[in-house]
Amino acid sequence: MVKSLVYILIFPGLLFLSASGMILEYVDRKLYAKFQNRVGPPWFQPFADFIKLLAKEDIVPEEAEKKMFKSLPFFALAATVTSFVYIPIWGTNALFSFNGDVIVVLYLLSIPTLTFFLAGYSSHSLFSLVGAVRALTQFFAYEVPLFLTILSSALLAGTWSISEMSVFYNQHHWYWLFNLLGFGLAIIALLGKLEKVPFDIPEAETEVVGGTFTEYSGRLLAFFRLTIDIEVVVCAALLAAVFLPFGMDLNPVIGFVLFILKVLSIVALLSLARTVFARLRIDQMVNFSWKYIAPLSFLQLIINVILQGVIK
Amino acid sequence: MDKVVIPIGPQHPALKEPASFSVTLEGEKIVDVNLRLGYNHRGIEKACEDRTFMQDIYLLERVCGICSHSHSTCYVQAVEDLAGAEVPKRALYIRTLIGELERVHSHLLWLGVAGHEVGFDTLFMYSWRDREIVMDLFAKITGNRVNYGINTIGGVRRDISKEDVQEILKAVDTLEERTKYYIQVATQEVTLINRLSNVGKLSRADVESLGAVGPVARASGVDRDTRRDDPYAAYSEVSFKVVTVENADVYGRTLVRVGELMESYNIIRQVIKNMPDGPITVKVPRKIPEGEAFSRYEAPRGEDVHYVKSNGSDKPERVKLRAPTLANAKAVLKMLENYNLADLPIIVAAIDPCFSCTDRTISIKKLDTGSSEIMDWGSLRKYSIEWYRKRGIRF
Repeated sequence: MVKSLVYILIFPGLLFLSASGMILEYVDRKLYAKFQNRVGPPWFQPFADFIKLLAKEDIVPEEAEKKMFKSLPFFALAATVTSFVYIPIWGTNALFSFNGDVIVVLYLLSIPTLTFFLAGYSSHSLFSLVGAVRALTQFFAYEVPLFLTILSSALLAGTWSISEMSVFYNQHHWYWLFNLLGFGLAIIALLGKLEKVPFDIPEAETEVVGGTFTEYSGRLLAFFRLTIDIEVVVCAALLAAVFLPFGMDLNPVIGFVLFILKVLSIVALLSLARTVFARLRIDQMVNFSWKYIAPLSFLQLIINVILQGVIK
Repeated sequence: MDKVVIPIGPQHPALKEPASFSVTLEGEKIVDVNLRLGYNHRGIEKACEDRTFMQDIYLLERVCGICSHSHSTCYVQAVEDLAGAEVPKRALYIRTLIGELERVHSHLLWLGVAGHEVGFDTLFMYSWRDREIVMDLFAKITGNRVNYGINTIGGVRRDISKEDVQEILKAVDTLEERTKYYIQVATQEVTLINRLSNVGKLSRADVESLGAVGPVARASGVDRDTRRDDPYAAYSEVSFKVVTVENADVYGRTLVRVGELMESYNIIRQVIKNMPDGPITVKVPRKIPEGEAFSRYEAPRGEDVHYVKSNGSDKPERVKLRAPTLANAKAVLKMLENYNLADLPIIVAAIDPCFSCTDRTISIKKLDTGSSEIMDWGSLRKYSIEWYRKRGIRF
């Protein structure tokens, strides 16, 4: 009982995730600033923002569906935090695992996007509505490539469990190199999932103000932002476990350090993309996704199917 | 989705100044736009009539924060025309120099804003960093970063020293280098080109019929530039190219502006090289002879027009100005037709709008009946006195 509570609340649960999410937000913002020739925020800025938002007044719009509006941030937070327990972070084995957990993680990670849509929809504000529709449209564009690339990596390992995938790739040392194309595609899809430039279309401030979150304020907004921070950690950890699985079988300390390095490099890639691209339009994003990213992820799938035949 | 009407403004992150676009959307597509101006009316024209010709320079300089020199020069030219003053050559050269530096900082500012509107904040940060070079230069040679206060009736107030000249040349070299880099970015960055090209099309015929001016007109292939067509200051003595492109879209407007940056560096170098020695101002009597004058000036945003009428006293009887944004406002509505909501910020930004310069009148529109009424000065004054009296404030 105590052990489970520690798992859920402290490590690797809520507290660890919140702290690492905020640290990663700082890393992202600082890198982005450095790339842009700016000074950037001090290390405690994300914490300060969070505390400030907690202290602010919660304003719930008169016309919003109040129950939905208030509960959605917590749904999103719970789903993201839950998905993390299936991802190995210090060795080849995660805290919990069963055959099929990769599917569960992917579905749990879809929930935040759906709550963003619902949050926008139940705000009953025009800007939120446009943002919500955009979030959903974008969801259909990036989700398929993301699933395909991660599943093709699972296919090569011949298992549906992230921990067993990690075991497989650590036994067959250089096999992860076959998935590099998939890794690149997954990073692009991740930009869409995390709503970062060039795919920050649902919350493009110059077009739809705050997008989905236009009407959110105070604590509710703080938890949505925390969810997004944690989503970055979980998604980066998932990508690290699936596409960069090397070195996890050595010992827990080295494994954990390697895990942190992998996550940091994925976040650095995301910041770099944020620096060098302009925001696309939603139609351009959907076109790009279905014209290039989806066919290429099918290619990765076919490569892995053939490879698996060759190996066996 | 059904048709929805989205209010972009009067307060919206895409707008730097209040203006109200009510946009009718069908999904993401814009089917109708309604523009309302007038949130920033400051009554400057009327205030000019209560001040002397000399005081009006400083008032009119504050019409716009970016093209402040444009407005003051345009006005001063009209007054000098009325007074028949022969402005010294050196003063004209200094006015040209400041005017071109102003164009540089205005276009760099625009480049950053355009980058921000399409979510390319890196370009925004870079170009605004470089804009600081010009701003610091202004602080050094005129004493101010924004409202330079360099014009006076009959010349300029400050001379340019030898050290200033060296600083300017050095700054221009740096800026030219950076601008070349921006041209490279604008012509090679795929996402940027995707967002800018074929957006906000405005055909040549539309430019002519809607009276668009400045870079907007030149991007549609209309070869029109007051600096060349009706030279003022020292422009008749420098050689430069009027940049025109045939793209007729936002991308074309970007190319025109970065092209003009390069031309401005060229003009600044020529002006500094050919600047004659001599006095910088002539004495002009305080009372300006009766008459009316009209002055044109190519501001960074397009042609700026001032009209001054004097009745022989030391105060003008009427000052009328038309800022370039007003000429382009109609064109924006045409440009927005059938594009996406996502394109709205960049299409609006592409004319480099300056709404506070534009607002000349207030017309009150009643939302329920749709009728509008225009108040003149007297009734506006009466209305405000009554408004305060009702609340128990006496004055």
